Amino acid sequence: MNRDQVRSTFLELIKPHIRIADTGAISDSSLLVNDLKVNSTRFVDIILEVEDRFNITIPDDDMERFGRVGDAIEFICQKADAA
Amino acid sequence: MNRVVITGMGIVAPNAVGLDAYRRALNEGRSGIGHAAQMKELDFACQVAGIPQVSDDTAREYLGPELLRNSNSCMKYAVIASLECWRDANLPPPQVDSDVDWNTAAIIGTSNGGIDTIGDFVVPETDGGRVRRLGSSAAERVMASCASASVGGLLGLGGQVTTNSSACATGTEAIVNAYWMIREGRIERVLAGASEASSVYIWACLDALRVTMRKSNDRPEAACRPLSATAGGLVPAAGAGILMLENLASAESRKAHIYAEVLGGLTNGGGQRNGGSITASNPEGVRRCVQEALEISRARPSEIDYINGHLTGTTADAKEIRCLSAALGRSLRDMPWVNATKSLIGHGLGAAGSMESVAAVLQLADGFLHASINCEDFHPEIAELAPRVPQASISAQCQLALKTSLGFGDINSCVVYKRWQN
Repeated sequence: MNRDQVRSTFLELIKPHIRIADTGAISDSSLLVNDLKVNSTRFVDIILEVEDRFNITIPDDDMERFGRVGDAIEFICQKADAA
Repeated sequence: MNRVVITGMGIVAPNAVGLDAYRRALNEGRSGIGHAAQMKELDFACQVAGIPQVSDDTAREYLGPELLRNSNSCMKYAVIASLECWRDANLPPPQVDSDVDWNTAAIIGTSNGGIDTIGDFVVPETDGGRVRRLGSSAAERVMASCASASVGGLLGLGGQVTTNSSACATGTEAIVNAYWMIREGRIERVLAGASEASSVYIWACLDALRVTMRKSNDRPEAACRPLSATAGGLVPAAGAGILMLENLASAESRKAHIYAEVLGGLTNGGGQRNGGSITASNPEGVRRCVQEALEISRARPSEIDYINGHLTGTTADAKEIRCLSAALGRSLRDMPWVNATKSLIGHGLGAAGSMESVAAVLQLADGFLHASINCEDFHPEIAELAPRVPQASISAQCQLALKTSLGFGDINSCVVYKRWQN
């Protein structure tokens, strides 16, 4: 899976959690909680869905890598490559 | 001392979802009891239940995508009934970013809370070594206060948001508690009522206790038989009933529609003594509860013209009627009208008192009494009451209704509703 595919899959996956009207404004620099208004409590669910979708394991300590959309995508790409 | 009125209602019941549908179902004497396939598969003795039929469209409309993913049936029923009640009270539609409403509280009780989440999800995942897979919402779904917390968030409530629990007296107790909060001037409005999950894990315990009806699995609509000589046990049910109790001054200032006045109410216990136990009522406790509720309401026993009884369709019905007769000082022949909403919807356990209160208030406001079905073979010990129990819907301009609920733990709760006249 290349980066564009990872990006598109990740955005699809977080879509139900996003609480802003204009989803077209999402960029790699968007902060999930502050910009996209994702309920921080639901971060755990996003992590589980990412694990299932990309067949990877994300240690609890790495949850902080999901602050920005771009950082999350880079992290998934690294993990998926290593898998 | 503030006067307390009802300015909105919402309902998710086994025989109807929504106020208009409930009013029709009551008037038509329509039963909400049906076959319960899961109970049959699991070899329950009782294989019928009252399960609300909530369509996917209704659930989506009321809960929204996030709550839809992260709720259970107790929360779902409570949210639908509460939002209907809110709209019915003509209050502004809730917005995610609206201001906190500091003038409204919620008391939404339950007997068993998120037991379906516990039984269907938390226990199997935990026992299977998959704790990490429980996700974010298991914690909020297993809280006893799961229903009131979700409603409080959706509506942005800044008053006390809490959950009471006293078994089958829960729903009426919530209304009584709300009445006192408003009467004492602590808050303007309270969403009050209860919600109970649709879950075999609740009903299994009642089946094991041998208190469920097991002789009518082939005829579900005839299974719940309050006041009948062949009453053979309760029929388990689920749902939610929510009422908006409001300070009269507040209701009048915003020109709200008023259904009825709550004249007073009380919850007490019988101490599990003198005939009372964990599962039975001390008759003196019931009598005291009714009489003190009437005193608080400044109502005379002779003024009560309708009782919506607890009346579960068990052998306790005759005892309950004798207690009510003694409490009012009225012979069976001279009793007010009596009906049992459970004959139509089964026993909604914690939610029973609030679903039945919605029924009582609708009947007062609309001038009718619904049929108390399945008592054509009236219980011989209380035969003289039979003419006071409508077996078909009748027109009746009742003024004062007494709602009684009795709960395991020997808990009694009574409330007096008065028809509202502008």
